[in-house]
Parts: sequence; structure tokens; C-alpha cells
Amino acid sequence: MTELRKTYGEIVAVDGISFDVGRGEIVGLLGPNGAGKTTTINMILGVLAPDSGSVRIEGLDLAAHRSRALERTNFAAVYAPLPGNLTVAQNLRIFGLIYRVGDLAERIATVIEQFDLVRFRDVRCGALSSGEQTRVSLAKAMLNRPRLLLLDEPTASLDPAAARDIRTLIREFTTKGEWGVLWTSHNMYEVEAVCDRVLFLSHGKILLEGPPQALLREHGMATLEDLFIAVAREPLTLEER
Amino acid sequence: MRWRPMAAIALRYFYLLRGSPARVVPLFAWVGIDIVLWGFISRYLNSVASAGFNFISILLGAVLLWDFLVRIMQGVTMAFFEDVWSRNFLNIFATPLTISEYLGGLVISSIATSAVGLLVMLLLASTFFGLSFLAYGVALVQFLLVLFVFGIALGVFASAAVLRLGPAAEWFIWPIPALLAPFAGVFYPLSTLPGWMRLFSNLLPPAYVFESVRRIVSGKAASAAALAWAASLAALYLVLACWFFARIHRYAVRTGLIARYSAESLS
Repeated sequence: MTELRKTYGEIVAVDGISFDVGRGEIVGLLGPNGAGKTTTINMILGVLAPDSGSVRIEGLDLAAHRSRALERTNFAAVYAPLPGNLTVAQNLRIFGLIYRVGDLAERIATVIEQFDLVRFRDVRCGALSSGEQTRVSLAKAMLNRPRLLLLDEPTASLDPAAARDIRTLIREFTTKGEWGVLWTSHNMYEVEAVCDRVLFLSHGKILLEGPPQALLREHGMATLEDLFIAVAREPLTLEER
Repeated sequence: MRWRPMAAIALRYFYLLRGSPARVVPLFAWVGIDIVLWGFISRYLNSVASAGFNFISILLGAVLLWDFLVRIMQGVTMAFFEDVWSRNFLNIFATPLTISEYLGGLVISSIATSAVGLLVMLLLASTFFGLSFLAYGVALVQFLLVLFVFGIALGVFASAAVLRLGPAAEWFIWPIPALLAPFAGVFYPLSTLPGWMRLFSNLLPPAYVFESVRRIVSGKAASAAALAWAASLAALYLVLACWFFARIHRYAVRTGLIARYSAESLS
């Protein structure tokens, strides 16, 4: 992502941010509500055009090669559940066709297994609990083996045990170098546990960037949560450092 | 355009139809009722009018062709509304799917659903009221082609309007065929209309179809030039409707409307 900028009238939602997500890496995109996290993710997903700047996915410019670039991504977000009037298997088949996944039936069986959805295979998504729906969204997000996976608060509605299983699974795939992950979360313990690197966003700008432990040492904070609160309350102080 | 992403959009609608009688029944129920109603009206008019004039061919045939156009348009908009109702835009438009593939999927859905309606109408009209489409000759193929292309254009245009104006705008869409019908001269010759209405009729491809139906029923040949002009107009409207949809989609991506569609307006 290079010099991404997005404004809504007078409001600057994202203010010229640049960063990259390498393969085998989980990058946490953190910040208070309204910091520009979801705007950034929407621009990477191609559903929001930046005013300036560019998004490149595996070298493909999103603006110039939209379809080919988006074939290499996928996402899961709590605010984008899959249609509730289709079953788990139907939703996965439809998105698998859109992403032109090879050996689709086999791939669907694999992700259904991975996300513990076997017994819900023929259940309509709208009849599932919010945690189960999140697992379906994650299964959809893995379907095409994306090179860049965007997860917007992926464990927000999961119970602690399910959240840990999901973190472990995503960490495992990432370590194998299958993809790079951009992960937003308000759960700082989760971020500390799973992210190799974090970006603190405030008022559309990246204020801090680096591995969680290094940032804590650098700013003399005990936990990532303390650092988050400092960024949220006094972004100017941190900007001056 | 790639086949699999288009098939995905059509398959989605097939799954919804398969699991929902509330979606299946309207595919044939309203058109069936129309045929029965106009079938009896035509039969009654035949009994009181002078012998030799067949209202079945002229009225019932026109109703059948008009309902075909309406089903085609609604086939596109209904498939599109499924994404509106299930708030699925973010999931759909964040994929590699192109706009032409998306629209292609809506068209395939429409072909499948309107074929059901057409089949039911043909069956009822021919079995119970003796309507023979063979009477229209090869012109029937041209009629269906013009109405199909224009119906798709209307559906794509209506979908673009809802994408731009928000979910509540679907109520602007349903009356579109009723608004066009008086100008299209479905039930009467265009010469019946005042001059200013006829000017508008000249721009409507279905108007040429229904004039041709009346010519054939009165024993004359359909004007090949008029039908060719109607087909050209319909093709032009289809191109314009697709351009309009793509333009609205670009606007929605630029303003963030797709990501925040449920807000209806970003102002």
C-alpha cells in the first residue's frame, strides 16, 4: 500500500499511509474507532477507491488489474456475514465459483472440516449463532488460498476457546508461508499473541509501526493495551516522539 | 467474461428458488392469472363483436408478450434485489467478479425464471383459449428477441437506480412496466394516442412489436424494417443500461456507498 489517502468531504479518513504485508507475516492494524482501519481494508478490497495512492497485491496494481489482484485476496469481517438464506455449503460453493477455486468440492470439504462446520454444512447461515457465522466467513476467506488475507475483527463474536483455535489455525498457515495477513482487532492480548508486527493508526495516519514487544520497550509500556490507550488518548504526544 | 463467476450468480438464485416456494409461485402465478383473465375477456369480446375479428390473437397474444417483457425485467431485478435484501454487496463486490460477469449472472437468472413464466402462459393460452403463436409466423422470434433485449435493459437500468438510490428505491422499480404500457400500445393501435404520446412511443421497442402483432392479425405482413429498428433500439438501450450500471458502480466505489449501502445515503 503506497501513500493511500481517502477523504469524505472535509474529513480525512486515511491520510497518505504506506505499508506492506509480507508472506508468512501477520500484521495488526490497530487504532481507536474511526481511526481509518476499515476504510483502509475497504480500499485494499477494491470496494472503496482511494483519492490517491495505490494498492499492489503480489505486484498487481489493484486499480489496473482489479480482477487478477482480487483473486489473490479474501476477507472476513464481522459486519459482512454471508447471506443467511443460503446454507453453509451453498455459500461456499457460490464464492468458490466466483474465485474460480480448483477442485471446489474437495476444497469446500477441507475448509468445512478445518472450521468445525461439518454438522452445519446444510444449515442456512442465518440460523447459525454469530460465532458459527464468523467461522463460515473465515472458511469463505480461506477458500481460494489467498496470498493476502484481510481479517477485520475476526474473533469478535467467538468464545475464547473458539477464538484461540482460529488464531492457532491462522498462525499455523501463516508460518507455513501460505499468505500474509492484515488483522484488525480491539483485543490487544490477541494482537500480542498473533501479530508479528503492528501498525497503530490514529486520525488516518500510522503513528507507530513495529513488532509488539519492540514497541512496548520503546515506549516504556507494560502491555499493548496501555500503548493502545496512549495512542487513542494522546496521539499527538506519540507523533512528536 | 468468465463462465464460472457468472454461473455462481445464477446458481445462487437457483438455490434460493429451490428452497423457497414464496419465490417459485410468483414465477407463474401472476402471469397465469393474467392469461386466464384476459382469455375470458377476449372470449367475451369475440362473442359480442362482429364475426371475423379474433380478440384472442390480438388481446391475449399482446398480454402474453407484455407479461413476457415484464418477467424478463423482473427476473433481472429480483436476482439483484437478493443481494440488496441479504446485504451482500460487500461480499460480492470485494471478489474478482467483474461488472459484466455480475450482470451476465443476473441475465442468466432472468432467462431461467422468465422461461418458466412463458411456458406456463403458452400452455394456458393455447390449451384453454386456443391461442396459436404459429399465427404470428417467424415474426414471433423477432417479437420475443426485441422484448427480451428491452426487458434486460429495463432490469439493468432499474438495478442501477436501486444501487444508486438505496434499498427503499425498489418501490420506484415495480411500476415501471405499468408506466410504459400506455405508450407501448399493448392493447390499442398507436394512432389512438395523441401526438405527444406517439413521439414517446416511437422510442419504445415494444411499441413496434405490438403494432406488428396487430398487422399480422389483420392479415398484413409485419414490417421487417420496423422490427429491425425496434431490435436496434433495444440493443442501444441495453448498451446504455450496462454503461449506466457500470457508472453507478464506479460512483459507489468512489464514495464508499457499497461498503455502507445500508445507510442508503452518504450525505
